[in-house]
Amino acid sequence: MQKNVTIDINGQPHRQAVEPRLLLVHFLREVAGLTGTHIGCETSLCGACTVLLDGRAVKSCTVLAVQADGRSVTTVEGLAQGDKLHALQEGFWEEHGLQCGFCTPGMLMCSHDLLANHPTPTSADIREAINGNVCRCTGYQNIVNAVKNASRKMAKRVSARAGAR
Amino acid sequence: MRPFEYVSPTTKAQAVSLLGASWGGTEILAGGTDLLALMKDDIVSPKRLVNIKNIRDLRGISSSPQGLRMGALTTLADLADDAGIKKNYPALAEAAIEAASPQIRNMATLAGNLCQRPRCWYFRNGFGLLPKDETGNELVADGDNRYHAILGNEGPAKFVSPSTIVPVLIAYEAKIRLEGPKGKRELPLEKFFVIPKSENEREHDLGPNEIVTEVVVPPVPNAKIAHYEIRQKDVFDWPLAVAAVALKMQGSNVESARIVMGYVAPVPWMSPEAEQALTAQPLDQETAQKAAEAAVKDAKPLSHNEYKVQLARVAVKRAILKAASGGAA
Repeated sequence: MQKNVTIDINGQPHRQAVEPRLLLVHFLREVAGLTGTHIGCETSLCGACTVLLDGRAVKSCTVLAVQADGRSVTTVEGLAQGDKLHALQEGFWEEHGLQCGFCTPGMLMCSHDLLANHPTPTSADIREAINGNVCRCTGYQNIVNAVKNASRKMAKRVSARAGAR
Repeated sequence: MRPFEYVSPTTKAQAVSLLGASWGGTEILAGGTDLLALMKDDIVSPKRLVNIKNIRDLRGISSSPQGLRMGALTTLADLADDAGIKKNYPALAEAAIEAASPQIRNMATLAGNLCQRPRCWYFRNGFGLLPKDETGNELVADGDNRYHAILGNEGPAKFVSPSTIVPVLIAYEAKIRLEGPKGKRELPLEKFFVIPKSENEREHDLGPNEIVTEVVVPPVPNAKIAHYEIRQKDVFDWPLAVAAVALKMQGSNVESARIVMGYVAPVPWMSPEAEQALTAQPLDQETAQKAAEAAVKDAKPLSHNEYKVQLARVAVKRAILKAASGGAA
């Protein structure tokens, strides 16, 4: 029996009748057409499918779409503002935080949750935050550098905004 | 994943009435981090999923002079981040952080952690909780049992109890509250876990139509409490041995102790032998070692897991020494 769900994705409501067994990641990719969220292991080990659910990082391969009914989801497509990359995306660009790019959407969303709660994380904090995300290219060091880069940029922008007031 | 009916009650009574009187037909969904994995692999195939996340009474953390109350739906992230828990029950916050990756901590609930199914690879691959071959031989005893039980493994159950926060909750003398068609009941947490003797039983004393409503912990005892896990790698891995200890002191000697091991038996394993060994003793390397020896004295390793006896011994010793030096980091 299908269920009607309404999920706010990157600020846009998506209403659809779905089978209760549909996974959130499949809703995002196949119903909403947002293929930035990757399916890696589908067993909640690799973290490639990480999105924000009401602001907190979750593995969307192990969440049912019906569990997200009435809630808001942010995917990697929701980070950039038009042509302007998010500070985290800039950080990954500048510090070579990716090679093949498969894990990157999950790494970005996990790091987003981290920086929202800990704006100035240490390397150990960053490594703890991404411990549920697997990267087979970088060896992680450049990802840690990228998150630090983003953290510095975001701090500068906050203080610039404060100065402008 | 097979199709199922999805229902979202908003009261405890509704939830109970939607559950089946026997195991198999219905399952309770909270965070779903364990259940959805089992459903994807066809290990459980419920006809109906009862989502309890919309039941307000099951939420929240509150502290009072009577102690700490944690609703069933409290997430592991809540346990790790709550200021009161971090201050008064630091070993619990630490165990919650170590229990899973951040994304899983954001979804997984306390009740789900207590009711999660064993990690035994025979169970997870569809051979059942008490796996046997067609002639009745136990698969685990004859097979690859490197991660299985070293204590309490005389019966057909050879898996290990999977929660890493249960040992520390038991050390804190936690009680679990349940609600079912016959009303409410409360159990010391250690009594909630049972060793199943047949495939129709589960590894906890929750009726098929009961729900966990909350966990309560008495006021912080004047005790030294610590938790220690041994894992193959530093992050995000199932442990090989876990120990939690609570030591009530009288002067510099131990007045009484609670010593609980995880990942060594089909239930969280309390060790009266180790507790006895520490009673009326000072805390030092030598007494910690003696208690650790006592904790594994009755261990009966299987064909491939003798190494776990040493790991359990070390976990108990290090948990005691960690508690002695001030507990959670």
